[in-house]
Amino acid sequence: MKLQKNTSLALYSVLEFAADPNRHISAAEIADKYGVSSHHLAKVLSELARAGVVESVRGVGGGYRFAGNARRLTLMDIIRTFEDLSPAAADRRESGELTPVGMALGAVLSEIDEIAKATFSSLTLATMLRLIERQQCNQAGSRTRVPNPRDSDRESRRGAKPRPGA
Amino acid sequence: MKPPTTATPRRGSAGRHTAGVRAQDSAPADPLVVRPVRRGDLAQVIAIDATVTGLEKRDYWRSVYRRYGDSGHVERQFLVAHARERVVGFVIGEVRDWEFGSPPCGWVFAIDVKPDCRQAGIGTRLLDAICASFRLAGVRKVRTMLGRDNTLILSFFRSQGMMAGPFIPLEMDLGT
Repeated sequence: MKLQKNTSLALYSVLEFAADPNRHISAAEIADKYGVSSHHLAKVLSELARAGVVESVRGVGGGYRFAGNARRLTLMDIIRTFEDLSPAAADRRESGELTPVGMALGAVLSEIDEIAKATFSSLTLATMLRLIERQQCNQAGSRTRVPNPRDSDRESRRGAKPRPGA
Repeated sequence: MKPPTTATPRRGSAGRHTAGVRAQDSAPADPLVVRPVRRGDLAQVIAIDATVTGLEKRDYWRSVYRRYGDSGHVERQFLVAHARERVVGFVIGEVRDWEFGSPPCGWVFAIDVKPDCRQAGIGTRLLDAICASFRLAGVRKVRTMLGRDNTLILSFFRSQGMMAGPFIPLEMDLGT
C-alpha cells in the first residue's frame, strides 16, 4: 500500500493536533514543521475538518484543533478519508493483471495490502502518541548516552583539558 | 462485532482472543484482584466467554482449567480478575520453549473482560499480571496471535506496546 502525499500530510497533521487537543494550530505552523506548502496543507486540513477529525477555529490565534477521540480513531480511519482502498474494477485493470501471472502477483500484493490494512486499523492515535513519545525518549537518551566523536575531536584540537570526573 | 469462536489452546498455536477491552459504564470499583483461577470461578469464566462469543463450551473450558488452571506449573497461567465477588475477566497463557525456533517466550492465548466492565483497565491489569508471571518464569518476551479482522483486540495489544513480531503465520486448505 503506497500512501499518497495528502494522506501522509493528513497523518502528520492529525498526530500534531491529537498530541495537544486544546491547542489551536495553524496550517502554516504544521507546513513549516514538515516542509510543505501551506496552501497544499490547507486543502488537507479542510478535508479533515469535513470528516470531523479537526475543527477550524476563527479569529486571533485561530487555526485548527483536534475534534476526534484519540482512543478510538485509528490510522486507517484517516487513511480512508484520503484513499480509495476498494479493489480496482475489472474494466480498469491493465491487461497483464488478468493473465495467470498477473493474477498470481495480484494475490501476493493483495496479501501484503491486507496485512498493511490490519496494521493501520489496529493503531489508534493514542497508541501512536505513545510510540512518538517513546521515539522522543530514545532520541533524547541517545543524545545523552552517545557523545558525538566529532565533538571530542574538536575539543582535542582546541587543546581543551578534560573536566574532572569526565 | 462478533469475535472468532474458540480455538483450543495447543502447542504451536496461540489462537483464541475474544473481544476483551471496550466501552463500559458500570465498571466495578476497586479493589480489583487478579489471582489464579479457582474451580469455583469456572462457571463465571464460561459465562463471560459465552456472552462474548455466543457459544457455551463447557467441555472445552474444563480441559483448559485442567491444563492451565490446575497444573501447578509456573509456566502455565490462568488468571482471573475478581471484583465485588464476581469474575470480571480472565487471561490464559504459557511459556513455550523453542517452538518455531524461538527461545522460550510467553504466549497469551486468551484475554477477555465482561462486556459491562470494559474500559476500566481490567484488560491491562490482566496482561500486566500474566507478564509478571512470565518474567518470574524467566522469559523476557511475550507474544500473541489473533485474526487480522479482530481490530478491537489488536488495538488493545497495540496500546499495551505490542508490535509485529518476527514471525508470519501461514496456512493452506487441506482439501478432502
